[in-house]
Amino acid sequence: MDALALLLSRLQFAFTISFHIIFPSFTIGLAAWLTVLEALYLKTGRPAYRLVFEFWLKIFGVAFGMGVVSGVVMGFQFGTNWSAFAGKVGPIQGVLLSYETFTAFFLEASFFGILLFGRSRVPPWFYLFSTAMVALGTTLSAFWIMVNNSWMQVPVGYATVNGQYVPDDWATIIFSPVVWVRFPHMLLASYLTGASCVAGTGAWYLLRGEYHAEARIMLRMGLFLAAVLVPAQLFFGHLVGDYVHDKQPVKFAAIEGRWHDEQPASEVLIALPDEAAQTNHYAISVPILGSLIGSMSFTSKEVGLSDFPVQDRPPVAIPFFAFRVMVGCGLAMLFLAWYGSYLSVKERIGEKRWMLWAIFLGFPLPWIAILTGWFTAEVGRQPWAVYGVLRTAQALTPFLTAREAAISLVMFCAVYAFIFGFGIYYIYRLLRAGPAGGLIEPPVGAVPNRPMSVVHHHVTPTVPAGE
Amino acid sequence: MSMILFWVAVLAISILLYVLLDGFDLGVGMLFGMTGDKERRSAMLSAVSPVWDGNETWLIVVGVVLWGAFPPVYATLLSAFYLPLMFMLAGLILRGVAFEFRARAEASRWVWDIAFAGGSFVATFVQGMTVGALVEGLPVANGQYAGGDFGWASPFAVLCGVGLCFGYALLGACWLVKKCEGDVRDEAYRLIPRLAIGLLAFLIVVFVYALIENLRVMDRWLERPVLLIFPVIGVIAIAVLAHSVRNRRDGLPFTMVALTFAAAFGTLAISFWPYMIPFSVTIDEAAAPHASLAFMFWGEGLFVFPLMLIYAAVSYAVFRGKVRPTEHY
Repeated sequence: MDALALLLSRLQFAFTISFHIIFPSFTIGLAAWLTVLEALYLKTGRPAYRLVFEFWLKIFGVAFGMGVVSGVVMGFQFGTNWSAFAGKVGPIQGVLLSYETFTAFFLEASFFGILLFGRSRVPPWFYLFSTAMVALGTTLSAFWIMVNNSWMQVPVGYATVNGQYVPDDWATIIFSPVVWVRFPHMLLASYLTGASCVAGTGAWYLLRGEYHAEARIMLRMGLFLAAVLVPAQLFFGHLVGDYVHDKQPVKFAAIEGRWHDEQPASEVLIALPDEAAQTNHYAISVPILGSLIGSMSFTSKEVGLSDFPVQDRPPVAIPFFAFRVMVGCGLAMLFLAWYGSYLSVKERIGEKRWMLWAIFLGFPLPWIAILTGWFTAEVGRQPWAVYGVLRTAQALTPFLTAREAAISLVMFCAVYAFIFGFGIYYIYRLLRAGPAGGLIEPPVGAVPNRPMSVVHHHVTPTVPAGE
Repeated sequence: MSMILFWVAVLAISILLYVLLDGFDLGVGMLFGMTGDKERRSAMLSAVSPVWDGNETWLIVVGVVLWGAFPPVYATLLSAFYLPLMFMLAGLILRGVAFEFRARAEASRWVWDIAFAGGSFVATFVQGMTVGALVEGLPVANGQYAGGDFGWASPFAVLCGVGLCFGYALLGACWLVKKCEGDVRDEAYRLIPRLAIGLLAFLIVVFVYALIENLRVMDRWLERPVLLIFPVIGVIAIAVLAHSVRNRRDGLPFTMVALTFAAAFGTLAISFWPYMIPFSVTIDEAAAPHASLAFMFWGEGLFVFPLMLIYAAVSYAVFRGKVRPTEHY
């Protein structure tokens, strides 16, 4: 095993999956939001809902395509860089991933086509149903991924046979309580991403004095949704923290920056952790709060990192800071959502331009929270690939060389930078063009399996489209 | 055992569908690079743009079925072909976004033209090379690939890479004949004999090479004379192909080349049987435990897989017939 190859492979996985998660986290939320818009349009008949729907559908298409392209890489990477892992966990994780491909792909591919060019060909209720099915597809995809990742965090329902981890009880794996706090946590994060982008776009238009009616719908719906979801998200975040506290105490200690056992434990709000000296510098702590957060008790003993052998501890700085950035983003979103909703209800949000600026510039907050949340979960799981079962170093392809890993890492950085640049520019142009371009005609060239084709309008109808 | 066979069948169907379907659109991608004419290029694009993404999805299906049902094969093959697969992924990504970005680009359209043709070529070459390396036999020791960074590279593998470029280009040309009219169709008709001869020459070279090197697959062909049925089907298909090209029967050439590919696939698959990685890992050794296979079977295997096949069929039915030369994508 080559230590440099290991490091490069970890960087490559972190880079490719971070790049990938940007798109699905957006489309999961957006698909649900499109369903709500379509339902509102059916119920009220207001054209503005329809305009907003058509507008966001175009952006959905581009983001969906980028997600598909970057997702292909993920399906291969377990085998290329982590073949020891792939061979051992395939009977469980390969199966779960195959369920993701089969169920989610099938739903998305079937109904996305109707979404793109079937409006005039199907009854309104069926169009709404199709929108809901696309949303269900993206949600199922997230579900299988969360089952998969939760099994790596807290492996359950398996037996070890000849060095392979084989399923013992699928119900235990799928209905693991860890799945059912982490999946809603991810789902809410995705909904918040959608809400934040929608509200941010609305604020942007209001600041520029454009598309007033559509902008108000976007702003209000985005803010109201976030106002409800952020507290729910904080609650589920707390439940996720509880499972980490119970099942992954060393990760919990790293997140808390707690080096030694404390009773009652204080809570380190912010500090500079020093792994060499096993202490924190410049720490600002609140006494007793650590016990309260960890065990809902004023007196509980909370374990510190020094209880664990050094080779079983995760790096401290990344989970420690990533967690605080995530929580900070959550609190910022809570402020924007609640104060923004209040202003919106009072019809005063148009007067507070600084607030519009804050909502506009705050649109990436959920993304930052998602990425830092995943950094906390994944780096905090180290040095394990499957917690307590399989070390990351043992998961690596045994014969992978640093040369191979370096070539592929550089290649991914270059290719992704290239397509990301164009993709973002593309979405920016769509946003800038705004929803006032009128209803998009059914793009005949657009087809179920080619999501991004929705953005071209100049197609000459030649093929009998529709299904 | 029946579960194992079921998943072998799903895997085989998925691989064959991938080769036939993505094969023609990768082929069109390579042919696209050979013409500079704007009109022709857009006609070629519109012949594949409605279907290419769905075609490529079969590759993902192949990947996840391998991982879930035959984990050691997934782990060994993907890691053994590390660099080629990475370049294939880069090729597929660039080619995939080229479809979409090309229409948006103005001054920089040439970038996406290169990405489209180049990506198609790289992906095809890597796939052919991979099959070649498998036929020759990967260096495997103690159930683990032992060939180093370039253990897959050999003159034979490179030859197979080139061969598959001819093969996919032939599929692509036949698809263009089926879907296009005018210029593009005429040009494709002119190309089909050349590509077919190129492919045939390649097959002869491969055969001679296999004889000289005494590759193990040769034993299989001698042991199992029933295998000869596949080459026979292939020869008949090629004959019908020649006939249909002479008589300008637009629909037939694609079917015939597809049949040739299916025959070649059948020959290879049965030559390898019962090995999944020839000749070191058998299907039984590679299969995941019953609990995994059964769980896959009762959900995605029994219900979703048939739906996926139906869905693919419906997609093609919807987009049947010619695309007009005036159709711009």
